[in-house]
Amino acid sequence: MPTSRLGGSGLRLAYERRVVADDLTVAVPDRSFTVIIGPNACGKSTLLRALSRLLKPAVGAVLLDGEDIQRRPARAVARTLGLLPQSPIAPDGIGVADLVARGRYPHQGLLRQWSRDDERIVAEAMAATGVADLADRLVDELSGGQRQRVWLAMALAQQTPLLLLDEPTTYLDIAHQIEVLDLCARLHEEQGRTLVAVLHDLNHAARYATHLIAMRDGRVVAAGEPGQIVTAELVEEVFGLPCRVIDDPETGTPLVIPAARIRTGGRA
Amino acid sequence: MIVIRVPGRLSVRLHPRALAVGTTGLLLTLAVGVLAVGHGDYPMSPADVLRTLTGGGSPAEDFIVTQLRLPRLVTALAVGAALGLAGAVFQALVRNPLGSPDVLGFTQGAATGALIVVVVGGSSAALAGAAAIGGVLTGLLIYLVAWRRGLHGYRLVLVGIGVSAILTGVNGYLLTRAPLMEAARAMLWLTGSLDGRGWSDAAPLLAALAVTVPVLLACGPALRMTELGDDAATGLGVPVPRLRMLLLATAVILVSLSAAAAGPVSFVALTAPHLARRLTRAPGTNLLPAAIIGALIIVVGDQVALRAFPSQLPVGVVTGVLGGGYLVWLLATQRRAGRL
Repeated sequence: MPTSRLGGSGLRLAYERRVVADDLTVAVPDRSFTVIIGPNACGKSTLLRALSRLLKPAVGAVLLDGEDIQRRPARAVARTLGLLPQSPIAPDGIGVADLVARGRYPHQGLLRQWSRDDERIVAEAMAATGVADLADRLVDELSGGQRQRVWLAMALAQQTPLLLLDEPTTYLDIAHQIEVLDLCARLHEEQGRTLVAVLHDLNHAARYATHLIAMRDGRVVAAGEPGQIVTAELVEEVFGLPCRVIDDPETGTPLVIPAARIRTGGRA
Repeated sequence: MIVIRVPGRLSVRLHPRALAVGTTGLLLTLAVGVLAVGHGDYPMSPADVLRTLTGGGSPAEDFIVTQLRLPRLVTALAVGAALGLAGAVFQALVRNPLGSPDVLGFTQGAATGALIVVVVGGSSAALAGAAAIGGVLTGLLIYLVAWRRGLHGYRLVLVGIGVSAILTGVNGYLLTRAPLMEAARAMLWLTGSLDGRGWSDAAPLLAALAVTVPVLLACGPALRMTELGDDAATGLGVPVPRLRMLLLATAVILVSLSAAAAGPVSFVALTAPHLARRLTRAPGTNLLPAAIIGALIIVVGDQVALRAFPSQLPVGVVTGVLGGGYLVWLLATQRRAGRL
């Protein structure tokens, strides 16, 4: 059993009175690229919100290094656990370098506003995400893919061993989706960070994740390495989608092919 | 951006443009202030004013400056700074350029408090106190209605507009219940006026500023993070709900006490932060520049009100006309830019 710095057991997650998940138990393996998947409204984003302390569980507690994440000082948590939310807001007229620099906030203080370390780390974060050339541009002027890389750079500049990403590929075209996921995989492999992401695309999840958590109706249906758990039966159970699972010709990871139920175009 | 670093742990960031705007604004405000103190039935040259302020004036000059004219100027400066700060905080909190106490109903709440005292009868101190209480209660009401399920810009703005409309109706009713003389006095107060302000009017606001300015400046960096959205700010380690409460309370106190000191001087809280941002070109919340520009607007507005018209006008008329014009222009340009 691998060690886990982040997780929780017996969690009840609810918005006001609407219970999304009950008696939920999850553990994020250290140094994994964990991806949470499941159909719409299965509670995957809610789980990520709980793990990132945006949502306080109604019952139970999310533990970070063995302590209730809600009870730890906000800044101390932010030095361990970073978060890229689904739709962060870029303030009007902010430059790329300025935005990335905000990632240093949890490391700064009134008398320590901008050290040489801050400067170096921000430069490194921009280099790692390939946005160094954009440093002087305004965030408003960038394309969706560029903007997402800038946000990732901000999260990187936070220098946290754990990084949570809520649907980092939404609103991006396929090329930019792959670009962002490749970047995540590199961060995971080269920098040894633990990544947790919510993804919509099952095939992306199967290709990039080292640990997969499949959810349905607020329950974890299966968790483990994609190669071991992604089967036609699991996909049918989780998504209600009849399919075949073959080996991805590029990577050998599971590739889900939906069953053809009607004769579609393109076969003339 | 300039970075000052002392080997060890100290490192401070300065934005040259913001610094220049702040310094220029401060000097302008002081210069207009000196002219303002020199103006009146007993005119004094700026040199005379400065000499008197530094303790070299005749007893008569000393009395005129420190007892008659300086309190009015200090009240104006404090009200302007308080409104500028409160406006900047509100706009950041609701992430909306319209998030000012005028729009959100705090000003009307303060007026309701004051008008109740006018109807029931009471001293000027009671009127000021009631204005402060009215503002704070309105803050509480809006908080209960709009804030419990998390604050979102439009929600707060809409609830605020509703509350302010109701309170405007209540205020109109209260005015009809007041004795004629008292109603006239109330109308003057409602416009926002600095006439006959003494040290006792400025004191509570000055005390509030002494406490809140350090608090706000300490919260400045965290407030800047909240511009990224609540989720991102939380991710960066900002205790968002606690920060919100603290900032809302601070801004409501500043608005209420400035209404207590000078009546609801309109539009300063709306315009000062915008002007500050435009001038400094720094993204986000410019707390100190907003405070300085707020002070400048009121001092200049008061001088315009006193000198430009045959009969003296209350300062609120001038800031209202200028600020209203600015609001229209803002709405037009922001709409075009697709930000509203």
